[in-house]
Amino acid sequence: MSPVIESIGIDVLFKGNNMMRLLSGLMAALKISMISVVLSIVIGLVLGMLMTLNKPAIKVVSRIYLETVRIMPQMVLLFIVYFGATKAMGLNLSAETASIIVFTFWGSAEMADLVRGALISIPVIQYESSYALGMTGLQTYLYVIIPQTVRRLLPLAINLITRMIKTTSLVMMIGIVEVLKVGQQIIEANRKSSPNAAFGVFATVFLLYFIACWPISLLSRYLEKKAA
Amino acid sequence: MDPILTVEHLHKEFDGYTVLDDVNMTVNPGEVVVIVGPSGCGKSTFLRCLNGLEKIEDGKVLLDGKIINPTGVDIAKDRQKIGMVFQSYDLFPHKTILQNITLAPVKVQGRNKDEAVREAVSLLERVGLSNKKDQYPRQLSGGQKQRVAIVRALIMHPEILLFDEVTAALDPEMVREVLEVVLSLAKEGRTMLIVTHEMAFARAVADRIVFIDGGRIVEEGRPDEFFTDPRTERARRFLDSFEY
Ligand SMILES: Nc1ncnc2c1ncn2[C@@H]1O[C@H](COP(=O)(O)OP(=O)(O)O)[C@@H](O)[C@H]1O
Ligand SMILES: [Mg+2]
Repeated sequence: MSPVIESIGIDVLFKGNNMMRLLSGLMAALKISMISVVLSIVIGLVLGMLMTLNKPAIKVVSRIYLETVRIMPQMVLLFIVYFGATKAMGLNLSAETASIIVFTFWGSAEMADLVRGALISIPVIQYESSYALGMTGLQTYLYVIIPQTVRRLLPLAINLITRMIKTTSLVMMIGIVEVLKVGQQIIEANRKSSPNAAFGVFATVFLLYFIACWPISLLSRYLEKKAA
Repeated sequence: MDPILTVEHLHKEFDGYTVLDDVNMTVNPGEVVVIVGPSGCGKSTFLRCLNGLEKIEDGKVLLDGKIINPTGVDIAKDRQKIGMVFQSYDLFPHKTILQNITLAPVKVQGRNKDEAVREAVSLLERVGLSNKKDQYPRQLSGGQKQRVAIVRALIMHPEILLFDEVTAALDPEMVREVLEVVLSLAKEGRTMLIVTHEMAFARAVADRIVFIDGGRIVEEGRPDEFFTDPRTERARRFLDSFEY
């Protein structure tokens, strides 16, 4: 090992699986945001379509759901789900699962509302003139309603996804505690062999987060510009 | 000659409120029937009952002797034989003019795309809009949009055409260009059922006038008779409200 690497304490990262342990914390956070976004889009599409059915029961439940999501800060939801499930209900949820549940719970509500709004904004005459041309209900949806809905939905959905990705920084912050803890453990374990480990480990942690957040921030800015 | 369209004892309600009451009508091939009547008397609802856009409480609508059932499995097929043009512009905003016209013949009737495009272009030429084929509806004026809507109905080769106040939403200077298209269709012998507030046009185009008031057919007859010497007091009062 070169003396430079040893003197700034990066050498610990090459010992055992230390590097992997740091990286996995980061990957968990990225995974959470990706899974939540995908789940939210799928659930939101189905839920939003159900909400246009004009069934009173669906209306009441979805209203309560939406309001709950809007009133509660995600941080609070996160605590409720994580500690509520583990402590009160005795379920053993990982922090990762709890985060996915909360972000999907939130994203699906927002997405459903966007889908509902886009669907009901299509004038009735669009349906009727399609029927009058001999189209079936399915053909009407396929060729007339869905393309118009998607057009209206796209910029709004991109905006939502951007917000979801930005909120990942919240998860990142929770994640960073994990990573710092792992870092601390690495430093402790290697106190004797690499006395300068602290600097190397923390610098690496910082760098990793920068590398992870930078593309996300770029992507969200790109999506926002595209939506505008 | 068998009638194309037969309506027997049609009764239509909205939430228990009667909108059409015992309406009877036959339309023979090549006949142009114009329906007039005060606003809210049920003209639009009547046309919508004919192609199953509204369900009816009682009575029958028959096309070529076959019952039109709004909830039946054949309704989409039956509607292909009934062309309809609405009052409000109803073109598909996400499709070009050509796509608006060829969508149904290709996807619904399964016709060859090239053939449908050729027919669409020649119909557009006929209404003076072939240069607009690649534009979007928002780039067209109201009168142009209605002419496209007519072409979109024609390309399905319907047996009967329903026009519901197709010029009512237009600026006055555009009314004529649309009515001229409808007149030319009448001249070539199309079977049509037309709702309009343009009385001079009604008189010129109609083989028969049907006057509806309060959801009932009050008077029916030849246009020259109806416009010069209506038999009922209600028709007289209705005609007096127009200055033409
Ligand atoms: N979807 C509807 N629900 C309830 N009432 C309706 C509906 N559509 C039309 N009506 C009522 O039915 C009557 C006839 O309407 P309409 O057929 O549009 O008249 P017109 O076309 O002759 O002006 C009016 O009183 C109108 O308010
Ligand atoms: Mg009307």
